[in-house]
Amino acid sequence: MRVAVCAKQIPDPANPARLDPVTRTLDRTERLILDEADSYGVEVALRLVEAAGGGEITVVSMAPRGETGGLRSALAMGATGAMLVSDDHLAGSDALGTAKVLAASIRSISVDLVLTATESTDGYTGTVPAALAELLDLPSITFAKRIELEDGGTSIRAWRQTEAGDDEVRCALPALVSVTAGVVEPRYPSYRAIVAAKNKPITQMSLAELGISPDAVGAEGARQVVTDVVAVEARQGGEVIVDSGDAHERIAVFLEQLKVI
Amino acid sequence: MTLLGRVWVVAESARGGPGSATLELVSGARDLGKVVELFTWGDEAALAAAVDVLGGYGVTRIYSVGDIGPALPGPLVAAGMAGLIGAGDSPDVVLVGASCDGRDVAGRLSAKLDRPTITNVVGLKLAEHPGLVAEHTILGGTQTARSRFTGPGPGIFVIRDKTFEARPVAASGVAASGVAVEVVPVEVVPVEVARLGRTGAAQVVARHVEAQKGPKLDEATVVVSGGRGLGSPERYALVEELAALLHGAPGATRAIVDAGWVPYSHQVGQTGKTVRPTLYIACGISGATQHLVGMKGARHVIAINTDRDAPIFGVAELGVVGDCGVVLPRLIESLRTRG
Repeated sequence: MRVAVCAKQIPDPANPARLDPVTRTLDRTERLILDEADSYGVEVALRLVEAAGGGEITVVSMAPRGETGGLRSALAMGATGAMLVSDDHLAGSDALGTAKVLAASIRSISVDLVLTATESTDGYTGTVPAALAELLDLPSITFAKRIELEDGGTSIRAWRQTEAGDDEVRCALPALVSVTAGVVEPRYPSYRAIVAAKNKPITQMSLAELGISPDAVGAEGARQVVTDVVAVEARQGGEVIVDSGDAHERIAVFLEQLKVI
Repeated sequence: MTLLGRVWVVAESARGGPGSATLELVSGARDLGKVVELFTWGDEAALAAAVDVLGGYGVTRIYSVGDIGPALPGPLVAAGMAGLIGAGDSPDVVLVGASCDGRDVAGRLSAKLDRPTITNVVGLKLAEHPGLVAEHTILGGTQTARSRFTGPGPGIFVIRDKTFEARPVAASGVAASGVAVEVVPVEVVPVEVARLGRTGAAQVVARHVEAQKGPKLDEATVVVSGGRGLGSPERYALVEELAALLHGAPGATRAIVDAGWVPYSHQVGQTGKTVRPTLYIACGISGATQHLVGMKGARHVIAINTDRDAPIFGVAELGVVGDCGVVLPRLIESLRTRG
């Protein structure tokens, strides 16, 4: 079974995020790590390939400055190899531009399944999976919290999150699935796996090789600008008390004052 | 500032009539464009309900791809819209709600039309230059970025719940622009979608709906929410009990949803529901910005947490530094005694 897993390499969310003062978009100049949301995609891919009796998992990523740190994490988990598209013209790409690059990369290999997160931790637009599926002419099941292979590995059954529960959805492969966080517990790679990952192949592709014109991607291709950024009015905190046995009474009084009880 | 010509609002039609998200979007659309039209999917009964209600909200035409059966809406609805737009029947802007299906439709339409999207919109207004300016929050909800499209339209905006207020035309009779809005009979235009081929392969084979007691989370006036600080999944029962006592809805942070303590339908936050209750009680919730983004519109906030430095205390009107496992049972007992 051949799976492509889309992975984004992002600034560590534990560090305070910064904006580029000129473009007012997220500053991505520091070291990048694998978006935790995509570790779920990698883990799902590993389990499906195991269930199918073997196969290949290619991690596909678009990142600045030839960054591969996040990809090595995915390779350490067990992915077979990675594809990276890195080009200065990609700076400022929007969701659609990103989808175009990922689609072109995935078209260069043959896959049964494309996996993504539902959204990235830093951009969280949530539209890349569906745009990517459309560009690849694939059906998609998004917001999947569980996936199983069926019909000898030629189709999948997924449980898709809804507002009030979930829908069981079936689809013949090839298809694209976006997975929700928490769908599985991502495996923690062993030291040996981390070392082995250093030798796994990462293929770099240029925009020219992918047949993508620079003006279709990057800030120019995004066809949108951030005109200004303003601080959000912060809520004020109020009274804070320490419970010494009767804080619940203070809450009850508060509820009475609000006429909630 | 000039109103746009035509605004398309994309939303599902349900048997019970248009949902609150749909009403919010069409109401907001009236302040952005002279003509507001709905692009929808649903069966005959749902369409009839939409026609019944939406005329009173200023919608003059409803395009429908009809009953989609077991198919997922994304590919069909995007194909229907792209077909019309390609044939010259195009709006100036497309508004889609930020639901799972909404994101699918927006993503596919974006790819089909080669038009960009601006998502997580929490504000949308007419701009001085022709066009719209959108607001979305960034940097963990601490900053608002204003952005606009720079290329040819139609642009696609994916809009979060409760960005606009649902307002029937009869209530005001006049849009914010000062133009009188008259209620006219709604025209229904069926949209044929040619066979989809591969992109339409996904089919729903079963729908599981959780039994729901009490008010819906995004409509409740009281929300009692739990987070990791509760300590254990069993403690969530206290959250549910307090919510029920206050005739409210139970909510949850992404952390405990991901941990499997409660279903996603309970999730409040950036990637969950946005709630604007009169009262939000945060139990064992640290107040990560991912969560605050979903509930900071609450009128009053009470927080209970063992950590004095938890960010939630910065937004709570009343904060209690204490153990939910101790405070909640006592509060519940006290409320029961009060009757």
